[in-house]
Amino acid sequence: MDPKFIIAKRVAKELKNGQLVNLGIGIPTLVVDYIPKDIKVLFQSENGIIGMSPLPEEGLEHPDLTNAGANYVGAIPGAACFDSALSFGIIRGGHLDLTVLGGLQVDEEGHLANWMVPGKLIPGMGGAMDLVTGAKRVIVAMTHTTKGEPKIVKRCTLPLTSIRRVDLIVTEMAVIEPSKEGLILKEISPEVTLEDVLKSTEASLIISKDLKVMEV
Amino acid sequence: MIRNLDFIRYIIFKNSENETSKNKEEEIAVRLLNVEEAIKMIPDGAIVMIGGFLGVGSPNTLIDEIIKQKRSNLTIIANDTAFPDKGVGKIIVNKLAKKVIVSHIGTNPETQKQMIERFLEVELVPQGTLVEKIRAGGLGLGGILTPTGVGTIIAEDKQIMNIEGKDYMLELPLKADFAIIKAKRSDCNGNLVYSLTARNFNPIMATAASTVIAEVEEILPVGTISPDEVHTPGIFIDYIVKSR
Repeated sequence: MDPKFIIAKRVAKELKNGQLVNLGIGIPTLVVDYIPKDIKVLFQSENGIIGMSPLPEEGLEHPDLTNAGANYVGAIPGAACFDSALSFGIIRGGHLDLTVLGGLQVDEEGHLANWMVPGKLIPGMGGAMDLVTGAKRVIVAMTHTTKGEPKIVKRCTLPLTSIRRVDLIVTEMAVIEPSKEGLILKEISPEVTLEDVLKSTEASLIISKDLKVMEV
Repeated sequence: MIRNLDFIRYIIFKNSENETSKNKEEEIAVRLLNVEEAIKMIPDGAIVMIGGFLGVGSPNTLIDEIIKQKRSNLTIIANDTAFPDKGVGKIIVNKLAKKVIVSHIGTNPETQKQMIERFLEVELVPQGTLVEKIRAGGLGLGGILTPTGVGTIIAEDKQIMNIEGKDYMLELPLKADFAIIKAKRSDCNGNLVYSLTARNFNPIMATAASTVIAEVEEILPVGTISPDEVHTPGIFIDYIVKSR
């Protein structure tokens, strides 16, 4: 299975009934397809909607109903739309239970960098800084390495998105929980060994006494 | 409150189907303009807020006219620079902006290209901070305190204030010479209703510019939009232009 689907499937298990959830662009968007049937959550999108759903079928696109990536979406009965000030008030004000975001680097302190590569790629932070600063729980969904280079590093070399410690890192190889003591390795994919994970990670990992096999 | 004294009076609502109503023709002061006249008001070098989120909810008729009339050296305040062929993106591609204040440029490669060539100055602001800066500008606040960005490179030249044990960053208000925004419908007094996620920055920008031009798809008689349904009260709107 493509790494991004493994990551999305594992992240989906973190969603809890009744949560208000914001999914970032890229791998996080795929999480929608793997949510367990008994779990009902509400999706918020920073462009101003609660109750967003995937587009129910082709042909039902509405030019004024899109997600934060400008893709056409649907809305559930009972959905609500609002302006950007309220949308970010929801995010910063502690009303958003969970955000899932992509990442370029996460370091030993659990700091995320995901908005620019100086001199190379400067897309801008969009809503990422507000989401990481304000959401009750932040999950980073990203591949473990990029072009063989570790993305989980001792100290981020890229500009940080926030100094808030993220709550969980999910990759195709492992599930890692940043804590005060450092990065705790909680789960390993059945496809890889502990040695593989350590080799692909620059940061020091604290191996959990209760190390599990990742369910994917 | 009508801020522009040179407003144009138009006869909007007349029930021409009914002969007897001719005497009751109602003259209402909305400042309805055609798109050419509207954009003629904007001088080169103006600071212009433009509504929309990646082109959704952007005033496309007005944007196309800015390009047609080649209004140049603009400072654009918007959420993003959209795509090269959509919304604000078209202004960038036509090299009519000298500066943009936005949260995201990743979907428009032309923005980054002009930034590297030093043709275009790009100021990146977190999206939630950007909208609050505009809100502060429009609603009489001296600034806002936000936790977003504290400890990152964007805080380097910012004043940090500790409030009840938590650090916040002072962000100053943003205002503009013009705001061009998009709504679904308007009544003849400029009361606006937006559609779904096309609302985004539009109602906030409507408060923060000296002259506000709203592009709308329909213009309705006064009284047909319930007071509870009005998203932006007409007092904020100086001119209305109909979408093409």
